[in-house]
Amino acid sequence: MSEIPSELKYTDSHEWLRLDEDGLVTVGITDHAQELLGDLVFVELPEAGTEYSTGDECCVVESVKAASDVYMPISGEIVEVNDMLSDEPEVINSSPYDNGWLFRIQPSAPEELEELMDAEAYAAEIEE
Amino acid sequence: MPFIPHTETEIKQMLDAIGADSTEDLFDEIPPHLREVSLAGIPQGMTEMEIARLMRQRAQQNSTALCFLGAGAYEHHIPAAVWEITTRGEFYSAYTPYQAEASQGTLQLTYEYQSMMTALMAMDVSNASLYDGASGLAEAILMAVRGNRKSKSRKILVPTTVNPVYRRTAHTIVKGQNIELLDVPYDSNTGTVTLDEIKQQCEAAGGDITAVVLQQPNFFGCLEAVDEITDWAHENNILLIAVVNPMAMAVLTPPGEWGSAEKNSGADIACGDGQPLGAPMSAGGPYYGFLCCKQNLVRQMPGRIIGRTVDLDGREGFVLTLQAREQHIRRSKATSNICTNQGLVVTASTIYMAIMGAQGLENTAAACYANNRKLVESLTAIPGVKAAFTSPCFHETVLQLEQSAEKVLAELMHHGILGGYKLGGDYPELGEAILVCTTEMRSDDDIQTYARALEKVLAGEPVMAEEGVLC
Amino acid sequence: MLIFEHSAEGRRGAPQSPAEKAPLDGIPQNLLRQSSAGLPEVSELQAVRHYTRLSKKNFSIDTEFYPLGSCTMKYNPRACNSLAMLPGFLNTHPLTPDAQQQGFLACMYELQEMLCEVTGMAAFSLAPMAGAQGEFAGVAMIEAYHRARGDHERREILVPDAAHGTNPATAVMCGFSVREIPTLDNGDVDLDALKQAVGPQTAGLMLTNPSTLGVFERNIEAIATVVHEAGGLLYYDGANLNAILGKIRPGDMGFDVIHSNLHKTFSTPHGGGGPGSGAVGVAERLQPYLPLPVVAKEDERYRYLTSEDRPESIGRLSAFMGNPGVLLRAYVYMRFLGREGMVRVAEFATLNANYMMAEAKRRGFTLAIENRRASHEFIITLKNEAREFHVSAMDFAKRLLDLGYHAPTTYFPLLVPECLLIEPTETEAKEALDGFMDALEQIKHEAETNPQLLHDAPQTLPVKRLDEVRAAKQLDLAYEPCRRQG
Repeated sequence: MSEIPSELKYTDSHEWLRLDEDGLVTVGITDHAQELLGDLVFVELPEAGTEYSTGDECCVVESVKAASDVYMPISGEIVEVNDMLSDEPEVINSSPYDNGWLFRIQPSAPEELEELMDAEAYAAEIEE
Repeated sequence: MPFIPHTETEIKQMLDAIGADSTEDLFDEIPPHLREVSLAGIPQGMTEMEIARLMRQRAQQNSTALCFLGAGAYEHHIPAAVWEITTRGEFYSAYTPYQAEASQGTLQLTYEYQSMMTALMAMDVSNASLYDGASGLAEAILMAVRGNRKSKSRKILVPTTVNPVYRRTAHTIVKGQNIELLDVPYDSNTGTVTLDEIKQQCEAAGGDITAVVLQQPNFFGCLEAVDEITDWAHENNILLIAVVNPMAMAVLTPPGEWGSAEKNSGADIACGDGQPLGAPMSAGGPYYGFLCCKQNLVRQMPGRIIGRTVDLDGREGFVLTLQAREQHIRRSKATSNICTNQGLVVTASTIYMAIMGAQGLENTAAACYANNRKLVESLTAIPGVKAAFTSPCFHETVLQLEQSAEKVLAELMHHGILGGYKLGGDYPELGEAILVCTTEMRSDDDIQTYARALEKVLAGEPVMAEEGVLC
Repeated sequence: MLIFEHSAEGRRGAPQSPAEKAPLDGIPQNLLRQSSAGLPEVSELQAVRHYTRLSKKNFSIDTEFYPLGSCTMKYNPRACNSLAMLPGFLNTHPLTPDAQQQGFLACMYELQEMLCEVTGMAAFSLAPMAGAQGEFAGVAMIEAYHRARGDHERREILVPDAAHGTNPATAVMCGFSVREIPTLDNGDVDLDALKQAVGPQTAGLMLTNPSTLGVFERNIEAIATVVHEAGGLLYYDGANLNAILGKIRPGDMGFDVIHSNLHKTFSTPHGGGGPGSGAVGVAERLQPYLPLPVVAKEDERYRYLTSEDRPESIGRLSAFMGNPGVLLRAYVYMRFLGREGMVRVAEFATLNANYMMAEAKRRGFTLAIENRRASHEFIITLKNEAREFHVSAMDFAKRLLDLGYHAPTTYFPLLVPECLLIEPTETEAKEALDGFMDALEQIKHEAETNPQLLHDAPQTLPVKRLDEVRAAKQLDLAYEPCRRQG
């Protein structure tokens, strides 16, 4: 059974989001997603400063058996990426919700967060 | 005569196991009217003896002329061992190495190929090959567009000194991707492209260019000023795609070393046709396209790539790697639709490079150069023949004639000489020009034979019956 | 040990190149190579021995039964090789005037004609160098056809969800978007879903028949009608042509464009991953768009058609004529078979597959699709074994290697969990099929009693299972001293 922290928001494409105190949103992929992908071998991160709309492909996580797009869960500008993943993509496997975060967004419409799933809804989603 | 081993008894046993009366029953899900097929246009089957006779006749109908023709395919010596080993059943009849443990032969050989290619090109990475040089250029361009995140234009500068067939092929393959290939004219004096002209075309295109293609030696055989163009490209965040003849790279500066060393320069992508390294001309193929790049572009590279790793016991072994971005996994989002490489030709090429070694390849390449100079010297001594360009050449040179190039080449053919490639079609401004080529295979006698024949042809002397070759 | 590790400085295969290096005066210094080309320095014998030994680390058709589904690993007759390598063919420069290569062109012309006849298409081009390039050519022709008619809204290609990955990848390369059509449990395309999906945006449907699930698409004529009435074209992926060769023809089923993998159906060697050939055939209305070159016959002479003859051609896909050496091998193979031989190919490929399928069922394996005829291949699903004994299709595959059989295709088609896609081809004798089924049954028994044996397989090959994660993470793609220094 994969871990689904209750304080986060989720998408049906298996990204998680956390609204931080500074108003930025941190994004990663869920424990369930990393289990499906298996050992990650590479992450192609977006460039800081790029703006995306909701649903844009902005990042690729790659395992031996799959290369999977990460979609922008809310619109905004990428302000920071997790550089550590370039050398140690496996951190996503070992710590998907902490050290394995992907990037941080300055949201252009923070209310979009409200429309995303909570932990309970996401748990039901992956149960199917 | 099909290759089917079944005896009547076995057929009966098998049908019984299936619960069918005849093999025809096995097709009963197919609408009957679709099964009424006549193959009247296909001849009767033959025995091996009959086919062998037919194919020998056909092979003899092909020309045996003395070859001074290049233009993208070159006649080089190939050690007998190369194809003897390549056509061993274990290489010849193996599939793509998806079951790594049962394919270590092909996998290790391909890893060695990648190593040899990176060394020869002085690049970081090579893939396991593409179809041919022309389609390889298309893949290199697609890769540059994916890889150059600083450019948004999808515009590629392609000098007209790049092989015209390569340019046309690249156009066919990339046009569906909204990529623009922009011509850059060459200097009519040197036969090479100048940095000024490239800058001018870049400005005319709005200043944002994704990549520049540069062929060395270029289609005219001339040597381009690769260093200054590479440096300029990098100063302007433009990727440099090198198209090179791998034989020439034994003696010429390889793409990875183009540009000023202090700028950590070098071409970003190097591609070309591997045919000169062990593949016979064979009416046009199979050859293979090689594709090398710098480390930072490795994940944009299409096709198969072999990596070295270890097995459960820590023993060295080889596997296909970086496959997650390919079509069989990523489908419509794949980096390319390519699945095969030209494995068997790469096998030959690897054995060729191993037998030749660096010194053997250098000596061969230098002989090509020296022979071409002798040829050009001999031919330009004939009145009415002059070199078209001033630049130094590798093993091909453009000669300007005062008579119809087509007619001269046809006459030379009557002397048993494939005299070169007529350039007027692709380059009308060159008029009656031909591209001649000399490899290490052409002896001094061959060169003199050509010179004497050309002299006679230009002087309008008829072909003597005894020296005429039936064509 | 790598070939580089046999190197000794200064050693070389002397008889193969000029003894001395001719001077390179005349070439500017900055254009001359300063570093060594970094190739191995070995004797000819060392190279011969090294590569002969490497060859022995391969499975191949010549040494093992190779029932790799979707790949048609049939016997590659030796004569196809030796006759394609006659000096008259090998020494022909591709730009030799047509008049001086009539022997070669005659073979190519006849090959085009035979392919037309056996597939029911109006014209063929031999230019594409692999199946995927054939697909590219086919889809590019569909694009050119609609464009020539001013039909610019047709920007979508339909692909069944069971299709080969190249189908959607190719459609995207040609600038189309892709819509997937679901497949029913019985293996047929969901016709209702197809009817819903077609419209004025439909450029065409790409279909493999028999499908990748190893069954014949029974509604093919209805599918053709739906697509054609919507204004789209029908594309035949010839990957499974061996199943119907000489029995039925794609042209008669209503297909407008096809590619044929000559390295499958017409037995040219797979060569450890190519070269292949993906010749493309078209119905009359698409003939102007065929990729060049095409060989024509006029007054008993053969010649290459050029862009002047075919101004609407989609263009060139290679520098010269695709892969002529491969085409010659296919030509020799087709002349071997002849009319009556071609019919027997599909019959016996199908007989072998259905026999193995019956045997699989008898031996307690679960078939992916029940109560259908197999085409030239069929699918076993090991989902029950996976659940009960925690062994995977991959474990079965690796254990088969230990027992001297190449594994079937695993994990394709993606729709079937834990699958083995098995294609015996017509050239295998009953003994080979029985031996393979015995091995499969033995492994099933081992899975129940000693699954570790499967997890640890293979044990008898040059290496055990390889660390693919390490390979992808710590990329080692070239021998270190060969890599660019600096």
